[in-house]
Amino acid sequence: MTKRRTVILAAIAAVAISGTAMTPAMAQDADRVLRVVAPWEIGGLDPASSGHIFARLQVAETLVGADDGGLPVPSIAQAWTASSDGLVWRFEMRPGATFHDGSPLNAAAVAASLDRARTSAAGMLVNAPITAIAAQGGAVTITLSRPFTALPALLMHSSAIVLAPSAYDANGKVVRMIGSGPYRATLVEPPLRVELERFAGWWGPAPAIARASYLSVPRGETRSAMAEGGQADLVYIVPPEAVARLQRNARLDTRVQPIPRTRVLKLNAAAPYFDDVRVRQAVSLGIDREGIAEAILRSPAVRATQIFVPSLAEWHVPDLPPLDHAPARAKELLAAAGWRPGADGILAKDGKRFAVTLRTFSDRPEQPAMATAIQAQLREIGIDVSVAIMKNGEIPAGHHDGTLQMALFARNFSIVPDPIGTLLQDFGPQGGDWGAMNWSNAELIAALTALSGPIDAAGRAKARGDVARILQRELPIVPLAWFDYAVAINRRVDGASIDPFELSYRLSAMRWAR
Amino acid sequence: MGALIRALAARLVQAALVALLVGVACFAIVELLPGDQAYRVASARYGEDMASGKAAEAVRAELGLDRPWPIRLAAWLGGIATFDLGVSLVSGENVAVELGHQFGATLGLSLLALALSAAVGIPLGIAMALRGGALDAGGLVVAAALRATPAYLIGLGLMLLIAVQWGLLPAAGYDNAAAWPLPAATLALGLAAMSMRVTRDAAARVLARADTHFARTKGLPESAVLRRHVLRNAGVPVVAYLGVQLVWLVEGVVVVESLFSWPGIGHALIHAVIARDVPMLQGTALTMGLLFVALNAAVDLLCLAIDPRGRRA
Repeated sequence: MTKRRTVILAAIAAVAISGTAMTPAMAQDADRVLRVVAPWEIGGLDPASSGHIFARLQVAETLVGADDGGLPVPSIAQAWTASSDGLVWRFEMRPGATFHDGSPLNAAAVAASLDRARTSAAGMLVNAPITAIAAQGGAVTITLSRPFTALPALLMHSSAIVLAPSAYDANGKVVRMIGSGPYRATLVEPPLRVELERFAGWWGPAPAIARASYLSVPRGETRSAMAEGGQADLVYIVPPEAVARLQRNARLDTRVQPIPRTRVLKLNAAAPYFDDVRVRQAVSLGIDREGIAEAILRSPAVRATQIFVPSLAEWHVPDLPPLDHAPARAKELLAAAGWRPGADGILAKDGKRFAVTLRTFSDRPEQPAMATAIQAQLREIGIDVSVAIMKNGEIPAGHHDGTLQMALFARNFSIVPDPIGTLLQDFGPQGGDWGAMNWSNAELIAALTALSGPIDAAGRAKARGDVARILQRELPIVPLAWFDYAVAINRRVDGASIDPFELSYRLSAMRWAR
Repeated sequence: MGALIRALAARLVQAALVALLVGVACFAIVELLPGDQAYRVASARYGEDMASGKAAEAVRAELGLDRPWPIRLAAWLGGIATFDLGVSLVSGENVAVELGHQFGATLGLSLLALALSAAVGIPLGIAMALRGGALDAGGLVVAAALRATPAYLIGLGLMLLIAVQWGLLPAAGYDNAAAWPLPAATLALGLAAMSMRVTRDAAARVLARADTHFARTKGLPESAVLRRHVLRNAGVPVVAYLGVQLVWLVEGVVVVESLFSWPGIGHALIHAVIARDVPMLQGTALTMGLLFVALNAAVDLLCLAIDPRGRRA
């Protein structure tokens, strides 16, 4: 914004404050702007950092998309096949499709864009055993060094969005957001704002809504005020304390949908505290998940009974005995593991007090409250927990330098729609930054390895069940609560739906109701 | 004229010192803070789900964070000497370009807030000095209450009342003129509370002075007494106090921008602190420091314009 414009706007605003009320927008549909508000800021144009915003706004697309069950569906690629040995995947392009700048959305451009995405250390494709990405006739071929069934899922990740050749500068840095989706960005103003216009050249059915805007509003109070005030049509992540109030508002359709993100307690399974599985089980038994879900998260149904949410139907095991709250049993387990209460009521073993630090961060405002609730609950079974509110980077940092003892965060098991990608990162032989620490299990690794290669349906079902059961028994990370994703939709808008994998806002399927 | 040049020269030296001090202090603070900068930058860039040790090591290598600190500080000082503020560690954008956008947003908001606070606080202060009684006492209570309330709460209250309850103005956003009044009023209420009290005290002092009595005694109508004697004499402390208020303004901007999603310097400063984005932190702190010096210089000039004694000195 230029200084001059700022001054003019200031002058207009001074007039506005003299009491002029806004009149409801009565403009024609073509001029109506669908306003999307969400907490995420635009940190530059690098797909690894802000690709999710442009993918959700349908400015940029990925090679394949996902349906509500996480299964791959056509997107830029209209069809694909894998060779019989599983090593060469061939993705067919759509003839005649173009990017927003009019350049052809052909195999050469797509292969070049994906090849750039593959080199980013923070991207998703780096986790796939890709040896080459090439254009061959009307198709993009991806060659692997070993069979890897999760490849389509990894290609759905926002760090693998496909951009036009003109989006990059000579060094391969993204300098313009030029994708191929149903909306094109007419204004990108980091860190807060994007404006969109319908792209007439999109390969799919033309969207009903012609214009849209995105505003990043990091504060939850402000987002809920914007929903209630009618200044936003779609508000993502309504804070838990505002959900009930917004649900009573007749102008809003406030939906709460579970997503595959689980709030967990990461435990350092090295000596002297959590190396004994009985101690980890005792910690789990000492936590009152029901109380936390009700009092802090305001949603009793999110109490985690196991690591995977029920909506991950292929991974959730309905007959697994639920994680329980049983402080008396917890104390027995701790006693059996050799921990005896000291004079101050805190357990000790070999002269070592059971005093640990729990790291968490406040980007998710419920986490500090949960941490202090856990602090109080674990004190009841004789564990002295200090809570340290840090930034989220301190958790992977503490994992690497070994100083981490306990951490509370929300882990997304569907960073890509197939949880296998996240599970391989979290529970491999070395553990994972956001997963196990100083803990590994050969049986679990065998199951995960089997799941990432070719496997029949029965074998897959068994291996997935094994994963849930081993994690429930061994508790390298302790599930606390599942995750509700609350979205407030103004009733001006019809046809809204929530993507359980947070890949898209699905604006192109919405229309004005009135 | 000499006084004018002296005042400006003093502020210019001050500006250079502020630049150096702020830059070095920002650098030192980030160096001394616990925690690993590479992890902070990685989590700011890639989000919590993707902030891994691998990403942090890639950031460290890319940005040369493992170079010894004197080399990194010298690189920044070398840059600032040629007016190059560097690039943001998070977004990779040129800091000066980003600041250019943010500065406009912050300056506009600050000026509007100052104008609003003057428009509300100064007339009310004069009215209190003239009328006294219940108006004066009530004003004191309101001013104390407003000044004691954090800007965050005032903003939230205004948002809930005006945007949600009455639906008159948008709660946040900056894409149209209607979005300006709420954040500006949030800043202005705190400012007006103070300028009202200062104006009232200054006006009351002048009203009680012998020369004001003389003006009345010689038969000047009350409006002329107010215009010619009271306002000008009371003006100097009021304008001088504006300079002091800027501290509140700068502090308020950080909170208000964050609450109202305003893409200004304060908003950028918070993010730079969280992400340990040193060039951005230095740039934002520098801009705020220089803005402070510039506004103080403007206050000096205004005081000189109002008070002829300073010009002769």
